[in-house]
Amino acid sequence: MLQTDGAPRRNGGKYIVKKLMLGNEAIARGLYEAGVGLVSSYPGTPSTEITEFAAKYDEIYCEWAPNEKVATEVAFGASLRGLRSACAMKHVGLNVAADPLFTLSYTGVNGGMVIFVADDPAMHSSQNEQDSRHYAIAAKVPMLEPSDSAEAKDFVKAAFAISEEFDTPVIIRMCTRIAHSQGAVELCDRVERPLPPYEKNPQKYIMAPANAIRRHPFVEERTQKLRELGETSDLNRVEYGGAEKGIICSGTCYQYVKEVFGDSVSVLKLGLVNPLPVNIIRDFAAKVDKLYVIEELDGIIEQHLNSIGVPCVGKEMFPPIGEYNQTTIREAFGMEQPEYTAADTPVPVRPPVMCAGCPHRGLFYTLAKHKITCLGDIGCYTLGSAAPLFALDSTLCMGASVSGIHGFNKAGGKETEAKTVCVIGDSTFMHSGVTGLINIAYNASNSTVIILDNSITGMTGHQQNPTTGYNIKGDPALAVNLEALCRSIGIERVRVVDPYNLKECEEAVLEELAAEAPSVIISRRPCMLLKYVKKNPPVKVNEDKCIGCRQCMKLGCPAISIKNKKAHIDFTQCVGCDVCTQLCRFGAIEKGDR
Amino acid sequence: MDTKNVMIVGVGGQGSLLASKLLGKLLTAEGFDVKVSEVHGMSQRGGSVVTYVRFGDRVYSPVISRGEADFIVSFEKIEAARYADTLKKDGKIIVNSQMIDPMPVITGAAQYPEGVLDELRAKGVFVDEIDALSLAQQAGNAKSVNIVLMGRLAKYFDIEYDKWIAAIKESVKPQFVEVNLKAFDLGYNY
Repeated sequence: MLQTDGAPRRNGGKYIVKKLMLGNEAIARGLYEAGVGLVSSYPGTPSTEITEFAAKYDEIYCEWAPNEKVATEVAFGASLRGLRSACAMKHVGLNVAADPLFTLSYTGVNGGMVIFVADDPAMHSSQNEQDSRHYAIAAKVPMLEPSDSAEAKDFVKAAFAISEEFDTPVIIRMCTRIAHSQGAVELCDRVERPLPPYEKNPQKYIMAPANAIRRHPFVEERTQKLRELGETSDLNRVEYGGAEKGIICSGTCYQYVKEVFGDSVSVLKLGLVNPLPVNIIRDFAAKVDKLYVIEELDGIIEQHLNSIGVPCVGKEMFPPIGEYNQTTIREAFGMEQPEYTAADTPVPVRPPVMCAGCPHRGLFYTLAKHKITCLGDIGCYTLGSAAPLFALDSTLCMGASVSGIHGFNKAGGKETEAKTVCVIGDSTFMHSGVTGLINIAYNASNSTVIILDNSITGMTGHQQNPTTGYNIKGDPALAVNLEALCRSIGIERVRVVDPYNLKECEEAVLEELAAEAPSVIISRRPCMLLKYVKKNPPVKVNEDKCIGCRQCMKLGCPAISIKNKKAHIDFTQCVGCDVCTQLCRFGAIEKGDR
Repeated sequence: MDTKNVMIVGVGGQGSLLASKLLGKLLTAEGFDVKVSEVHGMSQRGGSVVTYVRFGDRVYSPVISRGEADFIVSFEKIEAARYADTLKKDGKIIVNSQMIDPMPVITGAAQYPEGVLDELRAKGVFVDEIDALSLAQQAGNAKSVNIVLMGRLAKYFDIEYDKWIAAIKESVKPQFVEVNLKAFDLGYNY
């Protein structure tokens, strides 16, 4: 399993192996070396690979849980039993896991427990730009923030030590540029930790008021002790580079600052970003003429400086929006920028699109054709909102389509019910759609729910989920039967359609909208990017029959374009799904030779 | 040594991640401090994809900013132009002449700017344009475009040919080694 890129070199009688690793892979290595025994997560970009890489170590039990709340509670259970445990999620996943987090802060841990949360400044693959540091402050738990792969691995070990010494869950905050950047990591051995015998401790772990009242003062005292740790720990360090400018930063901003300034400014690099220290900040401020805080997203360090009466410049120079880079920093300080040349000709944008042969397309075409209102959800199918389908009306968060359609229909009444559906993927339905469907059944809502079952968690890069029949290792697992689940909730009208069959989709959607009862349509066909899915030969355009009516263009298939006023199929992309052949009234698109 | 910057751009699904992994391995083996930055997720679905490879004595930032790239390796014609402002004043663009229509071109909302590389050349930008798709097909697999382009990039590097070969052998599955070595050679000797 262990690959060695660079040649191992001897150091103090020990071979040190360095490997180029993604931040997320380095985290997984840290979990391995720290003797962690369990990782439970729900996938979410940019956090997914932490758990995928961890699953490659046989010593760590890893799993995909249905959502982040479940994952965090699984990790809690393992910690309670004495095992070192972890869970990983994207920033919005921590919203889902916030409930256990806030009380985990009170119970503390038995075996060490670390929660990894990956923020996504600039929203490369997210619906918002929230700053997870607020959670550490609000839940009163320590948070570490590494600035590269090597630190990511080291901080995992430090986090488990803190977790056990201070009796607290610890959050490690990642961001896209740390999680998805590779850097050199030194590999060490795993330190096994024998499982201690279980001891019941109700005062610590039953958070009923009588016990919780006693735990809250502990939490406040713990925060004070952690603040003291931050004053002396090497997680926070000063790199002195003259008195003119002092910069306080953490994570990826540290790298941008060093890249631009080298050693010509003084830097206070914070690794423990909650609780923030007081004395080292005051000492640092006293040694420099002007103090700056450079932090992506919210001005949290800056607010801390304000609260302890240390003057600094922060968000007035740096925006609370998006990612920074070297250009951002040079610009803010009025420094010379490197020369560059740009093209004047505008280059058309290249947004992500649903793939050629995507099973969601046929269903979205049906919705667009009948101008049906559609509440959407989180997944590849969010791309159905783009031109030319414009098939969605909303996308809020995981599961919100199923809950939202109920409110939408209650507000709009019969007329709205007859022309509104919602769409949600199989994995997202397992995550938090099923509770919305229970609400629909229980509160007698005449709503039409479409589950887009492509048999995988697509957008995050093909992770298994409870409906797929496989676990994280790819071994066979129990598969939730979606039809039986929906029926058992109380939905009587449940039907399955093949989204490659336009007629079947149309009939199902129109019939279920007309029916005066809640219904579920399961649009079922596996993602065509899955290796086991057989691709058909590309379709062909019969140019004698094609009149260039552009009807096929309404599908928004990236494999179809118009060349010389005739439909044209890109054979490198077409997988022969035959949806366009059903659409052409002139029979001009023919099935490929098979 | 000053940090060197290679930006790899293309269309999601073209295999630029493998190219950056290959470079990362090679440069690490050469003893450089290396950082490789990728973006996963949304960008993979036929969208514009950017990867940064940086190497030198000590590399801090994982990203390459405006005017900093020594090389842009572009897997598609107009993707090179999209990120041209990242190129250093004397930097080099290596570009596959393959054209892949983005959705606004497919829907007719925009034109494919075919002459945009000529415009950059007219402005004095070094553009090395090769038909990597044809060379990949000649090597035996259209998907080896990424290795054809790495072969082309290798011409501008001071790293021995054999070391590239070793890195390819380490980076691709055994059954694809032969095709990729051929692809590398075709790009290198184009």
